[in-house]
Order: sequence, then structure tokens, then C-alpha cells
Amino acid sequence: MTEHTKYLVVGSSHAALEAVTAIRMHDAEGSLTLLTRDPHLPYSPTVLPYVVSGRFAPDGIFLRDEKFFARLGVQLKRGTALKALHAERNAAELADGSEIAYEKILLATGASPAIPPIPGLDQVSYHVLRTLDDATKLNAAIKNSKQAVVLGAGLVGMHAAENLVKAGAKVTIVEMAKQLTDGYFDAIAAGLIEKAFTDNGATILTGSRVVKLAPSAVGAMLTLENGTTLEADLLLVATGVRPNMDYLAGSAVEHDRGILVSDSMQTSVPNVWSAGDCAQAKGFFTDDKVMNAILPDATEQGRIAGMAMAGDPGLKQYPGGVPLNTYHFFGRHAISVGSSRVPEGGEMVTRFDEASGRYLKAIFSADNRLTGIYGVNEFFDGGVMCQLILRRIDLSPVKQRFLAEPMKVGREIMSKTWR
Amino acid sequence: MANFGGAYNTIAFDANKCDGCGDCMTACATAKVGVGDTARSRIQIVGSADDGFELALCRQCADPKCVTVCPAAALTKNYASGVIDWNGDKCVDCLLCTVGCAYAGIALDAGTGHVAKCDTCDGAPACVPACPHDALTYVTTSRIYNEVGDWEDLFAPGLAGCQGCNTELLMRHTLRRVGPETVLATPPGCVPGMGSVGFNGTTGTKIPVFHPLLTNTAAMLAGIKRQYKRVGREVNALAIAGDGGASDVGFQSLSGAAERNEQILFMVVDNEGYMNTGMQRSSCTPYGAWTSTTPIGKGSGGMPAQGKTQDAKNLPLIMVNHRCEYVATASTAYMEDLYDKLDRAIQASKRGFAYLHVYSPCTTGWRFPTDQNMEVARKAVETNFVMLWEYNRTDGLRFTRPVDDPLPVTEYLKAMGRFRHLSPDQISHIQAKVVENLAFVKQMAHRQSA
Ligand SMILES: Cc1cc2nc3c(=O)[nH]c(=O)nc-3n(C[C@H](O)[C@H](O)[C@H](O)COP(=O)(O)OP(=O)(O)OC[C@H]3O[C@@H](n4cnc5c(N)ncnc54)[C@H](O)[C@@H]3O)c2cc1C
Ligand code: SF4
Repeated sequence: MTEHTKYLVVGSSHAALEAVTAIRMHDAEGSLTLLTRDPHLPYSPTVLPYVVSGRFAPDGIFLRDEKFFARLGVQLKRGTALKALHAERNAAELADGSEIAYEKILLATGASPAIPPIPGLDQVSYHVLRTLDDATKLNAAIKNSKQAVVLGAGLVGMHAAENLVKAGAKVTIVEMAKQLTDGYFDAIAAGLIEKAFTDNGATILTGSRVVKLAPSAVGAMLTLENGTTLEADLLLVATGVRPNMDYLAGSAVEHDRGILVSDSMQTSVPNVWSAGDCAQAKGFFTDDKVMNAILPDATEQGRIAGMAMAGDPGLKQYPGGVPLNTYHFFGRHAISVGSSRVPEGGEMVTRFDEASGRYLKAIFSADNRLTGIYGVNEFFDGGVMCQLILRRIDLSPVKQRFLAEPMKVGREIMSKTWR
Repeated sequence: MANFGGAYNTIAFDANKCDGCGDCMTACATAKVGVGDTARSRIQIVGSADDGFELALCRQCADPKCVTVCPAAALTKNYASGVIDWNGDKCVDCLLCTVGCAYAGIALDAGTGHVAKCDTCDGAPACVPACPHDALTYVTTSRIYNEVGDWEDLFAPGLAGCQGCNTELLMRHTLRRVGPETVLATPPGCVPGMGSVGFNGTTGTKIPVFHPLLTNTAAMLAGIKRQYKRVGREVNALAIAGDGGASDVGFQSLSGAAERNEQILFMVVDNEGYMNTGMQRSSCTPYGAWTSTTPIGKGSGGMPAQGKTQDAKNLPLIMVNHRCEYVATASTAYMEDLYDKLDRAIQASKRGFAYLHVYSPCTTGWRFPTDQNMEVARKAVETNFVMLWEYNRTDGLRFTRPVDDPLPVTEYLKAMGRFRHLSPDQISHIQAKVVENLAFVKQMAHRQSA
């Protein structure tokens, strides 16, 4: 007999958990099933670097326990993947061959590491970092590594590289782009990050492409575009992510780079919603649908989807994704909120104190709304800045003060809007 | 989900009283990190050059964004205390929580390299007593709601009161507090009108209730209480009467019961008129107020009608002059104060006559929107139009909520329609009366405590 559930939530990470909470806020009774291919209790991919470093035991990072799901009347099915979605008959086909009939389904299946098509990569053994099992394996490998190579200098690669450096390995980071953390931070900020890494003994090869890989005595031999070779006893591939949506093959659910969703996270097909790293929703700065694969957005989208599925009248439409990143490296902090693009007629202001390494960059629209703010060692409240952007608060009267003391003036404005 | 429904204590900030001295921040940093470095305080006062001071402090949200974005489960809403707890053993310093919070309630403490937030010092916040200007207060009203929420509601679930009526609130709270061992007298007025005496042969309360005449409420209730005493049963004898029934025709029996020191609790719901029967004036109706018998219009004999031409009788002060066991004024906008007084009045009524006068705005008769009840009640106190005080024979009269810096009375008057027609002269008369009343009660407070 086919199992039947009112709400089927696929995935057990940030987007899915928020949706479950939102559904239960409005519908305490309706049957709810949470399906995840991961064998573990819910955890966040974001803390995995700390499993890799050994700071946390693998069982010390769970976000919820069985009791939580029991209390909310949620049936948790772990270690079972969604294999195919048959939206035309409201059914989900699972990897074990069984089917679940749903009334409403949320696809919150997140993303997996994207593996670049480099010749020979399939011949060597390499690590990725997205699941707890990945982290456990990497944690074991890191202890024995003497010479490690990290492919990709995004935040995942940089986090892992720092772990490797601290564990005592000789680390080389290879990045195709001209700078580190491209897309997150600008060249000056990247320079500060690079310096922290090189000061701690890492080698950084930006603007470099690996063209070939082959097995070698210690592990893998990498050949770069310019002909140089590198040997690695540990290879981590961290060249970005791609959404998990293979199960859509043959379904009518529209997808592009991710699953296309409306401002209430509904897909092109009735009774199907999507949220988080697998969804492609409106951007805040553009009406085009964008990928904004960050944790805060996954929770926001998950909540909206849950409210929409449960028919909660309190639902507010998605305002569009605002990029937000916090990055903690060797005891320092970098924060970026908003877009790095200077809007037409807008203005970009930077302040950089080389001695202290304090860096601030703020971007305003023509009508003096904040559209982006970046800082390294310059602390301001990311949440406050995000609200200034989302609420399009006119900063004309305070702009100079804001630039001098963004933290203080931001707090002042938000305190005023609250009262 | 049993997580909802609790009420919590909270730190409140009155920006008007803050002068930016920073003592709260020094106290916080000293309590939390052992040094008075204000940058490390979890309460941050930020001055805006031109217009006063603002606050960055954890609001201990009910639906906290910082908790939802924390990837390490280092932040949790504590449903017992209401505080959002931070667990340093789990935190990975990712700062995502600071991105989640719209009010900078959680921020990086550069001294430790970790985030830090207000934990209300386990219910005794160091910042609050450190403020020399009372700009910070620790509001503990939640205690009442949490406690009272568990008590049985002894009033009918459905009722015939006007939408937004203050009296319903008062009925439900008062009956809950006095409890089931009570006999209730409700003379003609809004209280029976909204259902206390019941419908179709059943009462509207879960305690015995009776409907005396306007004139004999205190006398009847005193007799019933005496009979219970005679048969040896301990009950609370409670009257809930309107201001008309108490201050006009009912006054003779009220005064007599007070003089005989009958062991009853007499509560007056003062909505300043006979609202139940069509909004006629009473002796508690204030000067200038429109009622259906003090109309606005052409008038006669060349004298335009401008609302009531006499000042209100101050019934609670008259009751003080009976030297009752206990006399107090109260307002539903100040629940904690009201509850303290209810407790003391119940105790006093076991020894003798207790009188509680509650100022109770009337949405229908006073002409203000149904959602403005608390605002109107609060404005009455903030302007000193009414004063909250209590009296007993030992300690005399004392203000329980003195208003040091009262708003002009127009702030109160303009909140409702019954004063809309007032001329500048009438407003000056009312403002002068407020000053005079305050001086009078102050004098009494002074004399009694001397
Ligand atoms: C190392 C690392 C560090 C990061 N650091 C940050 C950071 O500092 N800040 C930030 O904002 N973001 C960070 N991120 C990204 C952040 O973790 C993600 O944006 C967030 O986890 C997205 O949540 P999600 O619920 O959309 O998807 P995911 O967390 O990817 O979860 C997807 C869920 O779906 C399940 N699933 C997938 N496919 C199927 C299927 N077919 N059937 C059933 N279940 C399936 C998975 O098991 C998982 O439970 C980091 C990510 C990594 C890997
Ligand atoms: S800084 Fe600590 S408390 Fe804040 S989100 Fe990160 S792990 Fe959680």
C-alpha cells in the first residue's frame, strides 16, 4: 500500500527544518513526513569545517533530535533519497522503490559539490566537503597529510585549507580566478585574506588551472596549465556546488540552474514548492532568478515555503535574495552584505588602513540607499546592514556619519525603526 | 507545540530619560567581562547627535532569527526564562547570527573573538539599577500572566459587552484572582449588562452572583457576608459596581457599609457615566465631557451647551475619609499595580471594608476606537488626569505610580471624541483642575505619612 502524507518535505537541512517549523505553526495536525537521503540526524554543512578540524565529534553537531520530530508529530525517514518526482499524480518515488503519495511537497534538497571535468580526476582519489560523512573522512585524512592541495578558493575551500594549515600540512590552494574568494570579496579584501594564509605558510596559486591529474606514489600528481606539477597526498575539490535536482528528470517542474520558484517558493507545477540551495528565486537587486546558495536565504525561503504550503495567511512574499557572507579566517573577520555592483548613478566609497588591515567598502544607489557593504577587520552588524538594504532606507541625511561609523549609525537607525 | 503562550520579563528602555551617560554599559561590561570597557557591553547606547539616544540590545525575540540561522545549535530560545541562550562550547564563531539579527542584539566581542549577547544576568540585569535616570526598567509583569493564565476563568466565555470593553478585562482578571470562594454583587450597570447575571436562567459567572438594586448593593452584600460568617463559612464578598451606582444613588449604602467596616471588597468600575443605559452623566463624569444628558449644542437662554458644567466627584478620596481598611485607585493599563492592589484589597476585606476604584475607559461612551482602550487608560495616568495611589490606616496615602513629568492634559483629551468640542477656556479649566487635584492628593499623602 502506498504511504500517504499531507506534507512531504524532502531534505533535512536549514530550508527543510524551517519549513517544518512554519508548517507546524499553522497546522499542528496535518501528517508531515521529512525525507532525507542523509543517514544522520539534521546538521548544517556550514559547521563541517569544525568536524574536519576535530573541534567537534561527528555526533556533536546535530541541530535537532528524534524527540523534536516526535513532539511535532513529524515522521522522519533518514537514509532514503527521492529518486523521481511524479508531480502529475502527486507521488514521490524513493530510491528503495517505494512511493509516497503527498498533498504538498517541498523540494529542499540543497546542493552537492560540483566536480570539474578535469582529465584524470576520476583516476585519483579526492575529497569533497558537503556531508558529515565527507567531513569524517577528511578529518581522518588530514592527520596524515604532509602536502595537501585544495582546488578552488571559495569559502568551502578556504575553510578546509585553514584546517589543513593548522593541522601542520603544507598546503597549496589552486584557483582559476585572478583572486581568492572571487564573488564574495573584492581584490583588496582578497589580498588581506591571502596575506593571512601566506603568513601562516600556505601557498596560493591564483589564475591557475589544473589541466591533468594522474595517480602518483603519494597520491595524485597535478599538472597546471603553465606546465608546473604538484604532488598531493590529500586532494580536496571545492570548485563550487550544483543543486540536487536529478529527480526532476522527466517531470514538468521548470528548472534552469536551479528549480525555478515564485515569490512564495512555488514551482511551475501545482502542489510542489522548493527552497534553499536547490531553488532559483528572484534576486533582490534584479528581477531575474538567481542562485543565492547561502544559509540565511535557505532559512528564509524554507519558512516562506512552509507558510505557503500550510496556507498561513501571515505569509509575506519573498523580497528577493540578498547576498550575505561572513568569513572567519585566522582569528579575523570579513563580512559582505549586498551587491558589489555599483548601480547606475550610484557611488562606491572605500576606506583602507594598510597598517591595521581595516578595510571598508560601501556602495550606494543614486538616491542614497545602501546596496552593498564590505568589511575586513572593520566590524559592523551584518543583520542591520541587510535591513538597511531590504527596507531601502534613505541614508542621505546621515551618509557622512554612516561612512565614518557604520556600526554605530546603523544601530541607531534600526533602533529608531523599531520604536 | 507547548512552546507558545508564556510571557517573559523584559528590559525596557525609555529614550526620553536617557542622557547617554553610559553607566549601564559600564555596569554590563563589568558584570560580564570584569572590565568597564563600554565597547564590550552587551547593551549599547548609541547617541544620535541631534535627537537623543538609541539602543542596541537583544530583544529576546519570540521567533528569533539568530537561532534559525545558527548552524551549530549554539543559540536556543529558553522557553522557561524567555532568554536566548548562547552556548560557547558549541559556537564556531561564524557570525551568521549577527547577520540574522536586525537590531544588533548579538555582536562580536573583540575582546574574546566570540559573539556576545544579553542574558538578562539570570533575571537581575546589572544595567537596570546602574542607570541613574530610570531610563532602563526591568518589566516583570509577565509573572502575572504566567500565574494567572493557569487559574480558572470564572466569567462566561461569551458576553454581551461592547467590542473592546475594558470591563471584560477587569471582570476576568478580578474573578480569577478572588477565586471560586466568592459571592458577587453586581448592581444595574455594564457589569450585569454584559452578562454577569446570566442569560436564560443560568448565571454568567461560575460563582454565585446576585443583582441588588442600585441603591442597596453594599447593604445587601454586607448582610450576605454576615450570614456566611454566622454559619462559619469563609467567603469573599465582592461587589463590582459602576460609578453611577456607587457615587450617586448607591452612595448611602456604600458609605454606611464603610462606616460599619463591613468585611467586603467593593470595586468600582469608573467609566464616568451611566454608559449601560445610554451614556447619561453621573457625578463621576468629568467637567466638559459630552454625555447624552450633557449635550453639545445651542443650549438655552443664550448659554451654549458645552458638555458637563460641574467637576467630577472624587469618590476614592471620599472613601479615604471613611478611614477604610484599604482604599486604592487602579488602572488596567498598569496591571502589575492593579494586581498588587487586588491582593491587598482581598486581604484587607477579611478584616474590614476594602475599596478599589478602577478608572475604566469606555469605547462607546467616550468615543474612541475599540483598539485604543489601553492607550486611553495609560494617557489618563501619564497626564495625571487620574492618579494611582493607595491608602491604609497605618501608612496613610501613598502614590504607587507617581508621574514626575506629566504630559499636558490635552494628550489625554484628544484621544477621544467626548472632549472634541472643548474651548480653550474649558481646556484651561481641566488642566488647572488636574494641577489642583494633584496638589490636593500630594498634600494628603504628605499629611498621612507624617
Ligand atoms: C563547508 C561549508 C561551509 C559553508 N559555510 C557557509 C557560511 O559560512 N555561510 C553561509 O551562508 N553558508 C555557508 N555554507 C552553505 C550553507 O551550508 C548552505 O547554503 C545551506 O546548508 C543550504 O541549506 P539547504 O537546506 O538548502 O540545503 P543543504 O544544506 O544542502 O541540505 C540538503 C538536504 O537535502 C538532502 N537531500 C539531497 N538530495 C536528496 C534527495 N534526492 N532525496 C532526499 N534528500 C536529499 C540532503 O541529505 C540534505 O539533508 C557552507 C557550506 C559548506 C559545505
Ligand atoms: S557565531 Fe556562534 S552563535 Fe552565532 S551563528 Fe555562528 S555558531 Fe551560532
